[in-house]
This record gives sequence, C-alpha cells and structure tokens, in this order.
Amino acid sequence: MDDIAIKVEHVSKTFKLPHERTGSIKNAVINFARHKKGYENQRVLKDISFEIKKSEFFGIVGRNGSGKSTLLKLLAGIYTPDGGNIQVNGKLTPFIELGVGFNPELTGRENVFLNGALLGFNRKEMLAMYDDIVEFAELRKFMDQRLKNYSSGMQVRLAFSIAIRAESPILLLDEVLAVGDEAFQRKCFDYFAKLKGDKKTVVLVTHDMDSVQRFCNRAMYIEKGKIMYIGNTREAARAYEKANISAGESIPIPAPDDSTQKSTEGVELNVSLKNQSNKQSSVFYPGDKLVFDIDIASKIDIRDAVISMEIQQTDGLKVYRVATEDPNESLGAIKKGIHKRIHLEIDNIFAENTYHINVFMRSIDRSTDYIWKPGVNSFRVIVDTFRGKWSLRPPYTMRIDSAKGK
Amino acid sequence: MQRLKQRYRYSVILLKELVRTDFKLRYQGSVLGYAWSLLKPMLLFVILYVVFVKFLKVGDGVPHFPVYLLLGIVMWNFFNEMTMQSTTAIVGRGDLIRKIRIPRWTIIVSSSLAALINLGLNLVVVAIFMAVNRVGLLDTLPLILLALVEVYLFALGISLVLSALYVKFRDVSYIWEVILQAGFYFTPILYPLSTITNVTLQKLIMINPIAQAIQGARHAAITHTASTTASVFGGGYYQFIPLAIIAMVLVGGLLYFKSQARYFAENI
Repeated sequence: MDDIAIKVEHVSKTFKLPHERTGSIKNAVINFARHKKGYENQRVLKDISFEIKKSEFFGIVGRNGSGKSTLLKLLAGIYTPDGGNIQVNGKLTPFIELGVGFNPELTGRENVFLNGALLGFNRKEMLAMYDDIVEFAELRKFMDQRLKNYSSGMQVRLAFSIAIRAESPILLLDEVLAVGDEAFQRKCFDYFAKLKGDKKTVVLVTHDMDSVQRFCNRAMYIEKGKIMYIGNTREAARAYEKANISAGESIPIPAPDDSTQKSTEGVELNVSLKNQSNKQSSVFYPGDKLVFDIDIASKIDIRDAVISMEIQQTDGLKVYRVATEDPNESLGAIKKGIHKRIHLEIDNIFAENTYHINVFMRSIDRSTDYIWKPGVNSFRVIVDTFRGKWSLRPPYTMRIDSAKGK
Repeated sequence: MQRLKQRYRYSVILLKELVRTDFKLRYQGSVLGYAWSLLKPMLLFVILYVVFVKFLKVGDGVPHFPVYLLLGIVMWNFFNEMTMQSTTAIVGRGDLIRKIRIPRWTIIVSSSLAALINLGLNLVVVAIFMAVNRVGLLDTLPLILLALVEVYLFALGISLVLSALYVKFRDVSYIWEVILQAGFYFTPILYPLSTITNVTLQKLIMINPIAQAIQGARHAAITHTASTTASVFGGGYYQFIPLAIIAMVLVGGLLYFKSQARYFAENI
C-alpha cells in the first residue's frame, strides 16, 4: 500500500433518476400509495477496480456519459459508492473543477480568498500568495471589480491561478483543458509538466488524447461504466477514438466562420467524403484513401468555370489545393439542370490533425466568383504510430545498415 | 489539542470565509444594508407594541412590558431566521456540494453564525431599551446566556433535519413557514403567560422549548414576575421536558443529517 496513492476495489454507483423532478411530498405520497417507484435506477459505474501509484500521472478517458466524471467525484469523496471500497493514501485536493464557489457578486479579490479557503488556505496564507496569483492571472487592474463583470476567459485565468496553488500530493483534474484559449492551454501544459516534475499524483479526466499521450504514464478507457482498457496511454487513446468512430459519431470539429460564405442563386456545390471502401467517413488512418465527390448543380448556364478545393488545418494553414485548371481536366460548360460530379481520390499522406475542406467555383477568367464555401466538410487523420502533430507525413522507406568498423 | 486543531483546521478556515461571504452578500445592493437586520425586528416590534400594548392593553401589570415584548420578539426572530435560512442552505450551496468535498455541517453552522451575528446586534438594541426603560440589573442576568444557548441548540437541531429534508422535498420550507406562523402565537411572545387561565394549557405551552427559553430569558433579565417552566410545573421532573426535547431534536438532527449528508451531492 505504500506506493499506492488510490486504490479502488469493486466500486459501483447507481443514481436514482426521478421521473418528475419536482421532489414534492405530494408526489412521494402518491407514488408510495400506488406502489410505484418515483424514480428509475441508472447504473453509472459497474464493479470498477484499479490502482493508481504514487507520483503517477493517470488519465481517464471516455465518451460523455461513460461515468468518468462520476468516478472522479467518487475519488474526491463528493459521492459515496453503493458498493466497493475506495482508499486514498494521502491528502487529496478536494475540488475537481476550476472556479468552484466563485460568486459573481463578489469582487475578484474576495473570490480569491473564498476559493483559497476551499483549497484550505487561511487568510494569512492567501495574503502571502495573493500578489503572485494576481500577477499570474494578469488581472491586476480588475481585482476590485465584481466577478460578474469579468469575461469568461478572465474568470478561468483567475480560477486557474488559484488552483495551481493546491499543495496536496494527489490532484484530481476534470476537463481543465476544455476551457480557455490556446495561451491558457499552454499554461495548463506548463502546469502539468511542473506537477510531473514535483512527483505529484495526478488523475486527469479529459477528451484531449494529445495531452493524455503527452503527460500520462498510464491511462484508462471507460465505456458505459466499465473499464474497457487500462494501461498504455497510446492504446487507451486508440480505444477511445475507435469507439467514437464506431459509434457513428464524428469527432467534433469546429467549423470555420460561416459568414465568409458566398453564393450565386441557383448554383450548388457540395463535397462528400468517403474512404476506400466507399463508406462515408470523417476519420482516416494511414494507408486509407480519401475519396471526394464534388457535386455541382446549377439552375443557370455557366460557360466555363474552375472548381478548386483546399485542405486547411484548424490553425488556418492551407496544406493542399487541387483545381480543375488543367486543360485536360476542364470542367466544360455547365448547362442548366445538369449535374456534374468530380470524383477525386487522394492517398492519405496527411499528418495527424483535423482538416477543413474549402471549395469554390469561379469563372476561368477569374472575373466572377460563383460560389465560395469554406469548411464545407472536414475530416480528421489519426496516426497512432507517431506521437505529436508533425506537419508532414510523406511516405518513406527506412533502412538500417550495420557494418563492422576497422 | 494540536491534533484537534489540525483536524478542524479546514472546517474553521471554510467557516470563516463562508460567514464572511454571507455577510457581504446579504444586503448587497440595498441602501440601508446591515441596518435592515435591526430594522426588521424593530418594525415588527413597533407594530406589535402599538396594536397590542397601546390599543389592546395586553401586558398591563407586567413591569417593563415593552422591553419584555422586545426580548421575546428578538429571540423568536432569531429562531425564525436561523431555521428558515438553514432549511435552504444546503440546496443553496449546491454548486459547492456537487463539486467539492467539504464538511457538510459547516454550511449549516455558517448560516447559523450569520443569524447569531444578527442576534448579537439585536441584543445590543435590547440592552439599550433596558437602560432607557430603567430596568433594574438583576443578579440572574447571566442566566440569559443559558436561554440563548438553548434556543441556538434547538434551532440547530431543527435546521439539520430541515436542511437535509429540503434536499429531497422542497415542500419542507413552506410547511415550516406555516408551523412557524402558528408557533409565533402558540408561544407567549405577545401576551404574558398569565393571561392564559387554564393551567393545563399553560403547561402545554411551556413544554415548547422556545417558550421555555423566552420566558427564562425574561425572568433572568427583566422581571422575576415572568413565569417560567419551573414555576408553571411547580418543580418536579416535568419541568425538564423542554430540555429533553432539545436534546432529542439535536441528537436526532445530527444523526439524520449525517446519514443523509453522503447523498447530498447526487440528490440536490
């Protein structure tokens, strides 16, 4: 037990979901009289057992509703398990989300002290670290304003600056990365690195497979309240992403701003994306083929037009463009009421990332833009033999020679 | 002692901050602010005084009846405020309870402390009234503390039960409000106990721990003519019924609260 931080044995948790969320005595009496349960049982966790070692960075991944947050709340002692046993060896940060207890009516300064108290710091200790917290949050000018006047980004910054002061050896972090912009994420990653360096035990619940692979020593994938995989982070991430795809649920991809769309009445342009086995897909693995069908329909006559398609990373970088510019790939005239389809196959040599597809049509002399559809479709490439997001993944051969030296 | 301090360190830090926050937020946005916590019972007092003492001549023959009345109102008001606020306290702090493991009792104690602070302020006003009314200093005055402790413990026991019940049944606050309204008239606050001539009824009224505490406090601080539970029952074991009720409610409240506290997070 000495090197174990958290030990979970056969833990189950069931929630009672009331049929009518009124919670009145009248309903309770009626239900009792009719021998009816006023609720339904929902088993959220089923016989979960695992151990987390001291100074381990442990990831928990799973889809929404898989029970991972419930598990974290059980670890934190917020919920009580129905059955089984949870042993925590060492002090544990009692909260799992940023900005717990923040009150919009209080000033930033007052909230710092309140939040600090929830972490277990008294006034004196908070005074000592107050300046550092404000400095780190970059909110010096705003501390005497009420929290309700803060932007959500400012609130997150403040909450994070306090949260990282937690000194307990075991930390539970729930979806901390889901909030905040890129600068905030970078701060988060620095913090994770520091936690790792300080040999803290960290339990991280997240949707971000990159950070799981980057920071966690081990990870667990849970689905419908059961542990499906526990061990290697790459395998856990892979299991998670596979399950997401097989569930027919595409990975949420943020679409670019719609406002830049342009269209001419009566002209339609669409892109569908399939894989080599002719199935609609939005996730591709190495060795797959990306099969695009670009459909053009028009209610007006267009003499000659060029269709271009761009593939763009989420950070804005355009990585590829293909167009019907070449004379022998000419689109020709588009007659009213005639559909045309461009069939395009590209080997998946894309690196791990999320990509948007932009497509547009304009006249060959570039005088008229008929239609311009950024983000008409998108796809994601998962390359689990590589770690990290490199920009290029050209096909390659590798040979390793050994020779005796003289 | 050191270990005890360590064990409750977190609770104490939390309590201080929760009380401070409650206090800051309570009258935020109101012009008169904290003055309201004094004005509320005072206004009630003025109304009752005019109607019952001036018009209906209730309390004639009781020495220092205005102060006598005020003390009763202040104590009742404390009981009323503390139980009403505590009832919704756990649900009101649902955001905390669902996301952080804090000792649940600190929430009830913090709301009770807020009510205690108000009681303290109100008692200062009572003291001023006593001085103005030239109420003689009785040597039993310190006993008023005992009466206040009784009210507090009784209110605490009730608060623990109600706040835990309220998590499951939101009707509880309305039911309790009605009970309080009835209780106000069932307790000898407006009228001296002597106006009730039926001895059995007198005894019944004085079994109520709040009645016992209010009459005890009046007896200790204002006038020895105020009848107490002891004087109504004329001694004997029966006079301890109110204390037994307080003990039962408190212990029962603690046990019930403790058994329910583990499920607050999921039931809120």
